[in-house]
Amino acid sequence: MNLVGLMQIKKSKSRVQYRNFWQALHIDPPLLISLILLILFGLTILYSASNEDMLSIEKQTFHIGFAFIIMLVFAQIPPSTYQRWSPWIYLLSLILLAGVLIIGRIGNGAQRWFNLGFMHFQPSEMMKLAIPMLLAWHFHRIHLPIPARSLLLASLLILIPVFLAIKQPDLSTAIVFIIAGGSVLLFAGLGWRLIISMSILGSICTPIIWHFLHAYQKQRVLTFLNPERDPLGKGYHIIQSKIAIGSGGLFGKGLFNGTQSHLHFLPEHTTDFIFAVCGEEFGFVGSIVLIALFMTIVIRGFYIAIKAQDTFTRLLAASISFTFFMSFFINIGMVTGVLPVAGIPLPLISYGGSSMMTIMASFGILMSIQTHRKLLTT
Amino acid sequence: MQRKRIAIKNHFAEIRLINHRVIVALIIITLLILLLIIRLFYLQHAKHDLYTTLSKKNWLDLVPAEPTRGLIYDRNGILLADNIPVFSLDVIPYKIQDMPQTLSEISKIVFLTDTEIAQFQKQLKEHRRFEELPLKLRLSEQELAKFSENQYRFPGVIVKARLIRYYPYGNSLSHVLGYVGRINTEELEEIDPVNYSASNYIGKMGIEKYYEEELHGQVGYQQVENDASGESIRTLNQIRSNPGEDLHLTLDINLQLAATAALEGHRGAIVAIQPSTGQILALVSEPGYDPNVFVAGISNQDFQALQQSPDKPLYNRAIRGLYPPASTVKPYIALQGLNTGATDPSYTIFDPGWFKLSNNEHIFHCWRHHGHGEVNLHRAVVGSCDTYFFQLAYKMGIHPIDDILSQFGFGETTGVDLVDELPGNVPSPAWKRKTKGASWYPGDTLNSGIGQGYIQATPLQLAAAVSTMANRGKRYTPYLLLSAQSPGKLTVTQPPNPLKPIILDDPQNWEIVINAMQGAVTEPQGTLYRVGKNLAYTVAAKTGTAQVFAKKHTINEVDHEDQSYLPERLRDHSLLIAFAPVDHPKIAIAIISENSGVAATAARKILDYYLLPHQGVKPT
Repeated sequence: MNLVGLMQIKKSKSRVQYRNFWQALHIDPPLLISLILLILFGLTILYSASNEDMLSIEKQTFHIGFAFIIMLVFAQIPPSTYQRWSPWIYLLSLILLAGVLIIGRIGNGAQRWFNLGFMHFQPSEMMKLAIPMLLAWHFHRIHLPIPARSLLLASLLILIPVFLAIKQPDLSTAIVFIIAGGSVLLFAGLGWRLIISMSILGSICTPIIWHFLHAYQKQRVLTFLNPERDPLGKGYHIIQSKIAIGSGGLFGKGLFNGTQSHLHFLPEHTTDFIFAVCGEEFGFVGSIVLIALFMTIVIRGFYIAIKAQDTFTRLLAASISFTFFMSFFINIGMVTGVLPVAGIPLPLISYGGSSMMTIMASFGILMSIQTHRKLLTT
Repeated sequence: MQRKRIAIKNHFAEIRLINHRVIVALIIITLLILLLIIRLFYLQHAKHDLYTTLSKKNWLDLVPAEPTRGLIYDRNGILLADNIPVFSLDVIPYKIQDMPQTLSEISKIVFLTDTEIAQFQKQLKEHRRFEELPLKLRLSEQELAKFSENQYRFPGVIVKARLIRYYPYGNSLSHVLGYVGRINTEELEEIDPVNYSASNYIGKMGIEKYYEEELHGQVGYQQVENDASGESIRTLNQIRSNPGEDLHLTLDINLQLAATAALEGHRGAIVAIQPSTGQILALVSEPGYDPNVFVAGISNQDFQALQQSPDKPLYNRAIRGLYPPASTVKPYIALQGLNTGATDPSYTIFDPGWFKLSNNEHIFHCWRHHGHGEVNLHRAVVGSCDTYFFQLAYKMGIHPIDDILSQFGFGETTGVDLVDELPGNVPSPAWKRKTKGASWYPGDTLNSGIGQGYIQATPLQLAAAVSTMANRGKRYTPYLLLSAQSPGKLTVTQPPNPLKPIILDDPQNWEIVINAMQGAVTEPQGTLYRVGKNLAYTVAAKTGTAQVFAKKHTINEVDHEDQSYLPERLRDHSLLIAFAPVDHPKIAIAIISENSGVAATAARKILDYYLLPHQGVKPT
């Protein structure tokens, strides 16, 4: 690549050539196939987890269908548009997030969504995408690595929505905000020395903050870190989920044969703890297959990031892929008892619409990034 | 242009930077995924067995199924102990939020006694919260209907059909059958916890206790699937319980009822044995108690009342009552007299009404103050002459007396198939030294010779001894279990258990003594002459009187004396042993009537009932 090449890209802006049919449709086939396989596997697990309840499956299929449409729509929008609109999307998300909080306060009850009639709209879901878009937009405009002034600004841009999410209170969303925003910082080349010194600062601050917490807050944090402290509450979830996974063995009990989920020992077995159903019924082998499908998507995402043509798309694609990885890693880590109970659903598998829309929208952006690449015609 | 150039230069640096970071991220991701896979492998392979066990413990439950208790019949197949279906009100504690509130609401619909509530509270503490506990056994039809209407108000309270023990003959069989009751903590330590895992009841007394193992049966199991709320969803597997064995007793319920009626209103005991086998035909201890009260759970108050009643209804006189056998030992002493040559049928003494040891100031009186005059062995037995037996005992000494009494089974338990039988006592010089620390005096020998003093026997022993007499020496263990039948299997008949027989040098001596016993009924001087008039069968019998209140004389037979001036409980006990017919005995009985003289008349009624043709079931 050279200066002449870049000049040519600029010139040929209006005459975009596409490699093939899929590119014309702005669909990335490897990503699409992986998504379809994962979602079909997920529907099978959900069918079993919901005690063969067709109504849940129908609703989830509707969610999936709607999410696919969103993905395809998002894929049609060129990355430059996203780039241009990023600050405004962020600002709108922030206003809506604050708005929903204020409405919740007035309505005298915690509320996280606007009722659009046909569905609930959660501003926090929009924010999950707005944060990495804004930061990628910002880092695209400046020279990397990140200067200190920019880091402060970026941190502020992440922490404002995090603060609003905690106010809701929605800890799991706050975690996703931090991952989504933080990952952009990491990919944008946040200095290792800075990362290390911030970690050290954090570990020094923790006991000081701890000292100022109320007793009930300390309890809540302790239970969050070690659920077994509360064997009838969150600890019960973990114990039952470990029993489900462990009793599945290498090859599982077979579809519909999971006693933990079918006899309701496993709580939230269609939502946050659905991975335990997979572990119980399909065993170690089934769990590996599921993880492999997730990883295919993650790797494809990073491939798209590496192949992306500018800093904005590169950072955005990498952040989307990393956030997706982190959400399923945290979920499986929680269900297998290696991470605290964070309340993050298993992406694309857990029953529910909101998070699926966001994730599929992000894959739409990935496809857009991949399919709007301009070929260099020399 | 300058700015643009810098931007381009940074562009390549940025690509390198981001790509570098992506590679770092991929390495981290790979490590994290490896962590997950190791974790999954640990849970699903290394700890698989542990979690499989935990999972099964979650959902698999073994629900034991109570075996049906065996039924008890008499020798003619009449049902003596039944299992009847009752509707009980059961409570599942964990489903109830406010127990006191629920109990008070229930008591507005169903009458709950304080006992029932107290028993329920006790069980509530002892059992696990998801176990069903009976609150009220035996709901009446009205209560059942009333509760069913209100069922919806009481989640966790259910009406359950169950079988409970019922004894149709109530009081008259209480001392034979005993009863079943709730398993208590002591019994809990002794029983097989597996086999009793579904059982609430256990035999407490009598046949129910002695044959507990046979009657109980084998527990069955249902393997059920439970959901998280503890509800059984379906049965996966089941091993049926094996019902207990049905028992047929040697008892003849009609004879038992006749014997009970004969003794009615008096304290005492009657034991009737079939001499040819040792089978017990009737075993009565009066008064009895209603065993059905114990099945439902007796209140402390009622139990105290039974325990403290002066009539001692809980006391099984037939196997635990220790009485001086009094003159009923005379036939055995006479037999030993003949056997040892200490006397012979023609040997005659003069009875002045008393006997005096040559070196002793003490005078031993015959019950008949003016004496029997000239008496030989026959007349001594017929008229129950004490003087004759004082002399005979003195002549023989204590050892031959103890020897014959032991051979007839006195002084040791008969081995009947009932629990807590007492052995009684045949006193010997060694025994007296050991227990009383005193020497044996000739006077003690004289007392033993007429069945008084330290000698004690149960009515069952008396019956077993007279049965041996009827058999002319052949002995059998008295027993109650005729046969047992497991469902679907052949009846197992209990054979008689022969004991070491009494063999006399001259078997003719049996007939001499038995003839004298018969004379007691048929001859005008006989102690039973009045009662034994117009008999349609032959009877050999011997009466006895055990003194309760010591008067100035040592008297043995006082049935002619008027004791009505004495308070009832100070009056003498009357005893009787008998067998009939004399030649081929079908029945041997022993009767003791405390503080009353009804033994002889009761014997007549029982023998008449058994030996004369009558309405109802004819004994086999």
